[in-house]
Amino acid sequence: MESKFYEEDKLLVFKITEEMDDHSVQMIRRKADYEMERYMPRKVIFDFDCVTFMDSAGIGFLIGRYKFANMIGSKLEISNLTQSVKRIFEMSGILKLIPVTN
Amino acid sequence: MKEIFNNEMKLEFISKSANEAFARIAVAAFASQLDPTIEELADIKTAVSEAVTNCIIHGYDKKQGIVKVSAKLKENEIIIEISDKGKGIENVDAAKEPLYTTKPNLERSGMGFTIMESFMDSMKVESVLGLGTKVTMSKIIKPKQENEEEEFEMLATN
Repeated sequence: MESKFYEEDKLLVFKITEEMDDHSVQMIRRKADYEMERYMPRKVIFDFDCVTFMDSAGIGFLIGRYKFANMIGSKLEISNLTQSVKRIFEMSGILKLIPVTN
Repeated sequence: MKEIFNNEMKLEFISKSANEAFARIAVAAFASQLDPTIEELADIKTAVSEAVTNCIIHGYDKKQGIVKVSAKLKENEIIIEISDKGKGIENVDAAKEPLYTTKPNLERSGMGFTIMESFMDSMKVESVLGLGTKVTMSKIIKPKQENEEEEFEMLATN
């Protein structure tokens, strides 16, 4: 996962490049939480453009980051959902809480 | 003419989360003999990933054990069995409910069985407390030739 912080907008962007399962999500989660805590961004975006596989571990990950973002006063957004990623998120109902952009 | 495939494979590996990717990729490679679409293959990979993750996280918890995966091809159907000799599920019906999880603190979504059920054509869970759990799922891979014929028919009728 790559990340970039835009100081002037207090925007933190994560570009996820891994397949997302229970194994990989553990590392992605650690990095995401560390950087969110470090930068205290106003807005956090997770970019799913490069996610070629995701199972339900992605749902748990997103719910967890949503709660964490709320806790530190950040807004969470997700972007560039592929068809298969979108299908998994839709099953969980989480897209009602988190805005999706392209 | 429908081509008939009959084939079988078995895998065994220790319950390490790094093997989740190994298992789904191996089963997908095996399933590719039926010439599935990318979507069908993605469905199979996701269902296998969910079942194997359950064995590792729930069946064996933090202990080490063996996860068994077997797959059979029968004509145009793939039948996959994924089992552990872990602690078993106390209430299978509850476990299958969407959003039900015994480990919310680990950010588990409780969507595993729901995803397996909706991505495969059939799914069965057998579990005995203290002895383990076996998930059997199957999916029919629509033969490509049939699709082409349908398209052809559609073109012909239009």
